[in-house]
Amino acid sequence: MDRRTTLKWVLAAGAAWPLKGGRAARADAEPTARGYGTDPNLVANYRPGELWPLTFTAAERRLAAILADIIIPADEHSASASAVGVVDFIDEWVSAPYPRHQEDRTIVHDGLAWLDTEAGRRFGKGFAELGGAAQHGICDDICEESSAALENGDAAKFFALFRDLTAGGFYSTPAGRKDLNYIGNVPLTRFDGPPAELIKALGLDS
Amino acid sequence: MLVWRPVFVTAKIQKSAYDVIVVGSGAAGGQSAYTLCMDGAKVLMLEAGRKYTPEIETPMFQTPDLAPLSAVSTPDKPFGFYDATVDGGWEVPGEPYARASEEDAGRFEWWRARMLGGRTNHWGRISLRNGPYDFKPNSRDGLGFDWPISYEDIAPYYDKVELLIGVYGSNEGLENTPNSAPGCLLPPPKPLVSDLLVAQRAKRLGIPVIPGHRAVLTQPLDFTHSPARLHPGNASAQKIIARDMHERAACLWATSCGRGCAIRANYQSTTVHLPPALASGNLDIRTDAMVYEVTVGRNGRANGVSFIDRTSGKHQHAAARVVILAASACESVRILLNSKSARFPNGLANSSGKLGRYLMDTVGSTVSGQIPLLESLPPLNEDAADGHQMYVPWWLYQDQHAGKLDFARGYHIEFGGGKRMPGHGTGAGLEWLTGGSYGVKFKQDVRRYYGSFVGFDGRGEMIPNEQSYCEIDPAMKDKWGIPVLRFHWQWSEHELRQAAHMQRTFADIIEAMGGRVHGEVKTDGAKAIAPGGSIIHEVGGAIMGSDPNTSVTNAWCQTWDVDNLIVADGGVFASNADKNPTLTIMALAWRASDRILERMRRKEL
Repeated sequence: MDRRTTLKWVLAAGAAWPLKGGRAARADAEPTARGYGTDPNLVANYRPGELWPLTFTAAERRLAAILADIIIPADEHSASASAVGVVDFIDEWVSAPYPRHQEDRTIVHDGLAWLDTEAGRRFGKGFAELGGAAQHGICDDICEESSAALENGDAAKFFALFRDLTAGGFYSTPAGRKDLNYIGNVPLTRFDGPPAELIKALGLDS
Repeated sequence: MLVWRPVFVTAKIQKSAYDVIVVGSGAAGGQSAYTLCMDGAKVLMLEAGRKYTPEIETPMFQTPDLAPLSAVSTPDKPFGFYDATVDGGWEVPGEPYARASEEDAGRFEWWRARMLGGRTNHWGRISLRNGPYDFKPNSRDGLGFDWPISYEDIAPYYDKVELLIGVYGSNEGLENTPNSAPGCLLPPPKPLVSDLLVAQRAKRLGIPVIPGHRAVLTQPLDFTHSPARLHPGNASAQKIIARDMHERAACLWATSCGRGCAIRANYQSTTVHLPPALASGNLDIRTDAMVYEVTVGRNGRANGVSFIDRTSGKHQHAAARVVILAASACESVRILLNSKSARFPNGLANSSGKLGRYLMDTVGSTVSGQIPLLESLPPLNEDAADGHQMYVPWWLYQDQHAGKLDFARGYHIEFGGGKRMPGHGTGAGLEWLTGGSYGVKFKQDVRRYYGSFVGFDGRGEMIPNEQSYCEIDPAMKDKWGIPVLRFHWQWSEHELRQAAHMQRTFADIIEAMGGRVHGEVKTDGAKAIAPGGSIIHEVGGAIMGSDPNTSVTNAWCQTWDVDNLIVADGGVFASNADKNPTLTIMALAWRASDRILERMRRKEL
């Protein structure tokens, strides 16, 4: 970490939320593409980056991957979020030209910056450089909006959004469906309803 | 053998005159064209949107990871990427409309679908009959208007529509919730675990839960017996529809109906009405034909319509002996209001001044809850019939009639739960349950709560009022220069109190299920009610009646002022019962078309 960055963190008193206007220098990275229009091909397969350019910087991608995997790590049931393309998905999301996504873009951009600022304030390092315990320490302070400290309100809002996006990306994939034991979306010749034993066990047979 | 011919005509092969022009290709247009063509009338259908081919355009098994943004809704695709609607929504590029008020309470949103088949491609397929009370509401409580027809007049047409399109359901004999004639309904699908739980616990509160009615084929149609019931004495029609019914597949118990159905297992105009109508050889369809005026001859009768060919921008005309407007309630009103002449300075069929008046939507309100009993169930395939296996019909008719409620009309409850296909939203917004978990604990929480939510949607009757109407905006025009509509909207206390009642009722059911209500139960009706137009059940604007001074059409959907001009869509509804309007639109359109055929045979048209 260079001195200039350290100085910036020190100056950022209490890890204030970045000013909304502070992104003028990144104007070249703003998504400028149009949406997919009112009549897209519904039976084609789409990949992130195909319809509009992805706009995460390399540093943002790295941070996004770390945070996504903190939220959805690999376990005995399924892979981690980043392993199934969730970072690309979130990048597609925040790069999309629609109003909702543009709003989320600001929150995610500022939130990722806040993680680094907060890590610097607490540990003098970037968030990516921290160990798991330190990263979790920061996340614990912002993972629940209703209990987060007042000055962490925006960061908690960011975390809630990022968790929703991570989950949305993850559970949309085959790995996510498998994790939840989803067994539908297959043609059946008949639909028999739930098994009688289950209905009985739940007391729904009367 | 039936041969499919290239029926999508262009200006070059459009005939010089037709028996009937049908404007619009959705539920009303599809049913009108079907009924007329099967009986030999030559029909030109004009659709403002593009040609649409469900067999090849429907995303049947696509999963959200294959779509942009996990298939969530965007301004381009307001019901999500995989929704069947193309070129449609509450906003259509180049086709604005005006609102007299931007306040929530006075706001009306107008959904349009510029495509062949219109809204029938994506609709919920909920197919409920209006009951006897619903045609005579004024006689019952003094509010709104009676229809000039009774349930008995339309019952045979409900039977025929159900037989033709295929509707599942059951006959329960409940008050104002009519039975169908024997053999009309397909068997209802098996309920899900969550359905059974709702049914058991609602029953304890005195709330009946019965099988839903939806236009989904739970088994193949009866192509042996139904054709003769549909078209007695018409061998050619029987042959065509027998073959077409035979070709429609039954539901394969997967993929959302809102995407459309490539195997034709549910009703959409493009898969059910139009194929047999086309097979009759009597139907020509022009898509990209934006109708803006009904033209009138010197004798004061309609002689055709003017439209803009959207592909060339050229103004064109089509001629016919009869004109049917089936463009959706508001669009048909717009066409009539824009059909001004020296003879009809206030728009065509508007001598009553009632054109555009008494616009109604359905009252909507939502509460959802999380149900511990449904947590961590074993793997289950609960795609089923895509929801609405069961529903709650309005059950407080007697209390209401006795003055025990503070609102005059009823609502039914649509509800749903189950382990639906995961996607964006799965695992989202769980903080109120998890305390903000992340990591391995979060994955465990998502597994635990997946499939444990049940949502309740009220769908209630709105009483027509003088403050809810549309008119032509004095200044605004669409991209073709056609004047657009301006909407005025106001709920009455009846609707607001009804919405508040829905909220309390849904919370009671959720609690009776041992569940937790998500969010606030809105006891203020103004906060509980969904904005006007958002339920997309807008009807009225050209209401039918028995007095030419107070209504736009007669009991046969013929305009009082021009007897060969018919409004076949929801515009003619004199009330908007809680029952979803589509089945009634089709029944009325069939009846109106039968009348046209009869009058043609009598040389009146």
